[in-house]
Amino acid sequence: MKHTIQQVFRSGKFVLGFSIFSAILLIVIFYPMFVKDSPLAILGQGTFFPPGIYVNVYDSMSSTAYTLNLPDAAAKRVANKLSEEDRLSIKEWLVAAGIPESEIDTTDTAKLLGQWSANFDPKKSIPGMTNARRNYFIRLNTSLKGLLSTEGATISQTNPETNELEQVDTVNQKDYVNVGEVANTRILLLGTDNFGRDILTELVAATRVSLQIGFVAGLIATLIGLTLGLLAGYIGGLIDDIIMFVTNLFTVIPTFVLLILISFSIGQEQRGAFTIAVVIGLTSWVWTARAVRSQVISLRNRDHVNLSKLSGHSIVHIILNDILPYIASYVIMALILQISSGILAEAGLSILGLGPRTTEVPTLGLMMNWAMIYQAHILGNWWAYLPVLVTIALITFSMNLMNTGLDQVFNPALRD
Amino acid sequence: MTSEKKIYLSAKGITKTFGFGRQKTVAVDNVDLDLYEGEVVSIVGESGSGKTTLSKVLLGLINQTSGDVYFQGVKRDISTQAKKQEYWKNIQAIFQDPFSSYNIFNKIDSVLLDCINMRGGRYLPREKKIEMMTEACSFVNLKFEELTNKYPFELSGGQMQRLMIARIFLLKPKILLADEPTSMIDACSRATILDELMHLRKETGMTVIFITHDIGLAYYVSDSVYIMEKGRFVESGSADGVILTPHHPYTRRLINDVPKIYEEWDLSTV
Repeated sequence: MKHTIQQVFRSGKFVLGFSIFSAILLIVIFYPMFVKDSPLAILGQGTFFPPGIYVNVYDSMSSTAYTLNLPDAAAKRVANKLSEEDRLSIKEWLVAAGIPESEIDTTDTAKLLGQWSANFDPKKSIPGMTNARRNYFIRLNTSLKGLLSTEGATISQTNPETNELEQVDTVNQKDYVNVGEVANTRILLLGTDNFGRDILTELVAATRVSLQIGFVAGLIATLIGLTLGLLAGYIGGLIDDIIMFVTNLFTVIPTFVLLILISFSIGQEQRGAFTIAVVIGLTSWVWTARAVRSQVISLRNRDHVNLSKLSGHSIVHIILNDILPYIASYVIMALILQISSGILAEAGLSILGLGPRTTEVPTLGLMMNWAMIYQAHILGNWWAYLPVLVTIALITFSMNLMNTGLDQVFNPALRD
Repeated sequence: MTSEKKIYLSAKGITKTFGFGRQKTVAVDNVDLDLYEGEVVSIVGESGSGKTTLSKVLLGLINQTSGDVYFQGVKRDISTQAKKQEYWKNIQAIFQDPFSSYNIFNKIDSVLLDCINMRGGRYLPREKKIEMMTEACSFVNLKFEELTNKYPFELSGGQMQRLMIARIFLLKPKILLADEPTSMIDACSRATILDELMHLRKETGMTVIFITHDIGLAYYVSDSVYIMEKGRFVESGSADGVILTPHHPYTRRLINDVPKIYEEWDLSTV
């Protein structure tokens, strides 16, 4: 036993898969201890905030201001407001307004903005320009106001007694705050999703639920498959015929279609994560049963089984002691595959909208489903679906690696 | 064969077929066999002649297609697990391949303890059990202290087969079915094992069915011999009678096939 475990950890593939998988497990276990937010708490008003560090504007205004003389600050400010695309759009307007193209230089910011403020007229209609495009230019004009000014901004507050605006503070262009001194900041490493929930917290919770679904489904499938395979293989005869009839029926029916039909008929309200796991488990035991049966058939006429019979052992004792240990390694590999395919099946079902009901727990499949419904892939909000995809891929990849690693250990012919 | 001797085990018209239709093979074809008390009977035949199938039918590990087995004059009934276990207290076996005869997950102690339990020694004190196991091991020149807590695959093939004999020593069955017990063993260990087997037989007076492909071995150990070809007994009788004056050509061929050191092989009969 100890020897086998040493052998297992000498296989590079198994070790790699095992480390990836245990890293995922450790994150799933320890992350909730540090971030105590509910995974389904809605943080953001709005959809798909990009990943980044969020600093409270109100708090940063009242924080101590430090004056830093950074030479490229102004250039960066302009570049952030006036992108390359905007410069080309300005040129397009100016050309349409009748300024010769040779006089326009998109690299000279000051000259370009001077020409723009001299010529832009929101009421002027340019032939062939859509309303949306005109509105874009109006928005652009507003955002460019005061871009090149070196003056600071004034902060005013309404006095509740006199109802008049009173100047509270001024913010200079060279003022900086230390993020550590701002009372409220929040790191959203993966941004927010369509409901404004923190994707990272949600992803960790979803990974946990998906792993649970996978484990429950895999265990159920392996248990059913193992029991039926052992009975059919060892006892044989009529019992074998009946079990193989049912198994062949399940083999012929496409499992995923069956899964969809069962999930659909259960109904949205009854579909919890556990129900889905049981349904997946009940539809995916077929291959385990067939494989175990054929292994048992090759084992049941071996001499050690005959000797055990001659030693007066009961059928249960023989199955548990003389058959099961010989196929245990195989069953463990089947279990690992069943778990990873259970996770994939849940993701598949949930993408189709047939996963667990949405109000209680997130799962990896549900997160994909939400991202798809709110068109994250069209809007380019990669943080809503890419991390989920990577997580699913890593889980199944690590499990398959462990499986091939185990295969190499248990089947010496595959060792390289 | 004197008439006072009791018939222990007899088989009447045993037939065993595998498969159906075109694939149907008749492994054992209408075989009669009488086994007298205390006798050593050899069943000799080449590979595929149905020896092992017949032995499994006699052991009750597989069911015959037709025919009956009588044990001590009564038709054998092994329809339930309890009756089978009762039957197996009387008949035991040593298998051909010692390497596949043991469950590799069980230690040697448990193999021997199973035998003590089967003989009703389940509730004996532990010291008594160890004493019995030590006695059984020393009977076959093994040291129990060295074997305890070891796994069967840590032994050599000869040691494993001797452990099998120790097992039989503990079980003391009335009939022992030895299915080519020495065919996977090297020639040096072979003689030791055969001697131990015959020694055990002398001590317990049990009846032995010796299955082998080696007619020389059969002559060495047995009182009477059955020659088996393609599922049938073609010749039977006392060992001296059959082997020294063979009548059937198949028997003659078997005798011819025994390798001899002092003369060239007659390959014309092969």
